[in-house]
Amino acid sequence: MPVLDRGLPIDDRWTDLADDQDMPADGAVIVSLERWRADRDALTARRDAIGVRLKSNQLATEISSDLGSLSLVALEFPKFRDGRAFSAARELRERFDYKGEIRAFGHIIPDQYLFLTRVGVDTVVVPADRVGPAWAHALKEISVAFQPALGREEGTSLLRRHLKGTVPA
Amino acid sequence: MPDTHSPALRSNQPADAHAAVYRYDEFDKTFIFERVEQFRAQVERRIKGEITEEEFKPIRLMNGLYLQLHAYMLRVAVPYGMLSSTQVRRLARIARVYDKGYGHFTTRQNIQFNWPKLEDVPAILHELAEVDMHAIQTSGNCIRNVTTDQFCGAAADELVDPRVYAEILRQWSTLHPEFTYLPRKFKIAITGSPNDRAAVQVHDIGLIAKKDEVTGRVGFTVYVGGGQGRTPYLAVKARDFVPVEEIIGYLEAILRVYNQLGRRDNIYKARIKITVNEMGPAKFLGLIEEEYARLPRQKFHVDPAIVDAIQTHFAAPPWADLPAVSESFEAAKQADPAFARWTRTNLTAHKTQGYAIATISLKPIGGIPGDAESSQLETVADLADLYSFGEVRVTHEQNLVLAHVRQDDLYALWQALDKAGLGTANAGLISDIIACPGLDYCALANTRAIPVAQRIAERFADLDRQHDLGELKIKISGCINACGHHHVGHIGILGVDKKGEEFFQILLGGDAGTNAALGEIVGPGFDYDGIIDAVEVVVNTFVKLRQPGEIFIKTLARTGHAPFKEALYARA
Repeated sequence: MPVLDRGLPIDDRWTDLADDQDMPADGAVIVSLERWRADRDALTARRDAIGVRLKSNQLATEISSDLGSLSLVALEFPKFRDGRAFSAARELRERFDYKGEIRAFGHIIPDQYLFLTRVGVDTVVVPADRVGPAWAHALKEISVAFQPALGREEGTSLLRRHLKGTVPA
Repeated sequence: MPDTHSPALRSNQPADAHAAVYRYDEFDKTFIFERVEQFRAQVERRIKGEITEEEFKPIRLMNGLYLQLHAYMLRVAVPYGMLSSTQVRRLARIARVYDKGYGHFTTRQNIQFNWPKLEDVPAILHELAEVDMHAIQTSGNCIRNVTTDQFCGAAADELVDPRVYAEILRQWSTLHPEFTYLPRKFKIAITGSPNDRAAVQVHDIGLIAKKDEVTGRVGFTVYVGGGQGRTPYLAVKARDFVPVEEIIGYLEAILRVYNQLGRRDNIYKARIKITVNEMGPAKFLGLIEEEYARLPRQKFHVDPAIVDAIQTHFAAPPWADLPAVSESFEAAKQADPAFARWTRTNLTAHKTQGYAIATISLKPIGGIPGDAESSQLETVADLADLYSFGEVRVTHEQNLVLAHVRQDDLYALWQALDKAGLGTANAGLISDIIACPGLDYCALANTRAIPVAQRIAERFADLDRQHDLGELKIKISGCINACGHHHVGHIGILGVDKKGEEFFQILLGGDAGTNAALGEIVGPGFDYDGIIDAVEVVVNTFVKLRQPGEIFIKTLARTGHAPFKEALYARA
């Protein structure tokens, strides 16, 4: 499925592996948390980049001690209304200082895209028939942010005029 | 023009120059018009069929647009209940041009328009944006409009004016990237008075602002996990004192714990009150403290200098130096008993000598609780300009307030209100009823609520009788979602559907005030005709049992429910 970065499709190097799929000989793979735990040694022995998928009920703490080994964490939205991954992303960045890629997948609507970027998500996976200008547009519709978060637009944050502190780089 | 004491009117400033509303700066304005254009595009996509109703639903809800039984309903935010007269006139215009000529004030200090057309909504939002208003987050599973004491900044009993903090919370919660898809809606109430008029203990988060007597520092007692609905809970105290500088960080911690651990499998178990009580308050509060201890608190630090800057929006109006006693006011009370009666219920003590706080009843006998016609709104706006610095407040009991009226002006004010059908002397009395929209509008309702309120008010129409009964709060919900606050009515009424027929249960002993309490169901329900008689039986029982000067809730506390139960059910 197409992967969007800053609203536009990108060439994606990752293979999203289901639990019953065989491990390819090489190349970056994303696996479930369960498979990561079961096949950790085999995965790290491959020397290719590793990503782990978290379901929406799996908190960032489930993966926090492994983050040094992971180039990507993918967060699932089983329904767009299930907003747990917003907190998971923010915790990965803010609490665990994770610098790798954070990817959102599942049922996501363009109207959530700006929020996702503001909690530290880099890329979103979108069904092919849903790719369109709405995604890039969604990032530009609102130029003002009222609270400190993690987005690129924090310089314009309104309440940041009222709230002291620094935004992590 | 009538005589006015308005300093603004006399000096050619806008009449509402001193109204204590947050006035948008260029960034706020940029934001609000961008938001209108965003929604305009979304509506166009919906009308063209490019997005489904299911996908449009959360978008419209975040902009206050519900689909009701018969039509769309637009709920407009009135931040912490404060309005300027300019804003009130704009609401009147919107009601007239885009709706059926009236609006409905809600228990969350907002206003609803019941009949807008979808294609008109972007234009309505644009008209609101022109007067620094919006409908953002009046619905949806997000942080809703922050509510507060309708007498803030004026009440004699207030310790801290909560409005500047309510505004900081409004800004912080607006389009919050992490907390806009919560398990369920989230309501914060804040008061700065020891006499709680904001019902903070039945909110997801309740804040009581107070000042440390030694250091002079302002902070908040934080309550969490209160709520009404199907499963009512009073909130538990999370912390006795969180200083202002730390309050945003502390709330971030609460919301993050809730967003991650709140239930999402069952809409009826998704509010934070359920999380707190299923987990146990001690454990939940422990998680909050852990989260707060580790989050980057400095990032959320509220700078006192900036609190001061926002405070300027809520500066006290230029009150005059007045004698404590107004001779004309005293004379008018002597001369006109109807006015004297109104002053007994609809005035509250002001902190400044010579002034009073006036409650404008939106509960005329037989009327729809909380409804106001466009012409009435315009009258209120005019009177606010003349007598109260161009400022109007909305109360959670669905009335309006002019907070700074000279005692000298009260008689003229009341006469003008009375002429407009707004002078009913019933604030806090049995006909000052909170009622949800019920089956007349709402898709969730099981029963009617408005007609029940109307018929109770008609039964007790005699104002002398109402005044004799004293303070008595009736609250009516047309289903167990409790939008009519029946859990905290002195007499609560809950409509239930029994095999296709409306039945009404009576609850006794609820209280939304400082001694917050949840009412208890007294027994089997009554049918649509029987409920009015049943209320009268309860009231007559109270009259028989009361001691001189005792109000209903005190008598009930003294006697218990048994005599009321007996009176209600023995006759069957």
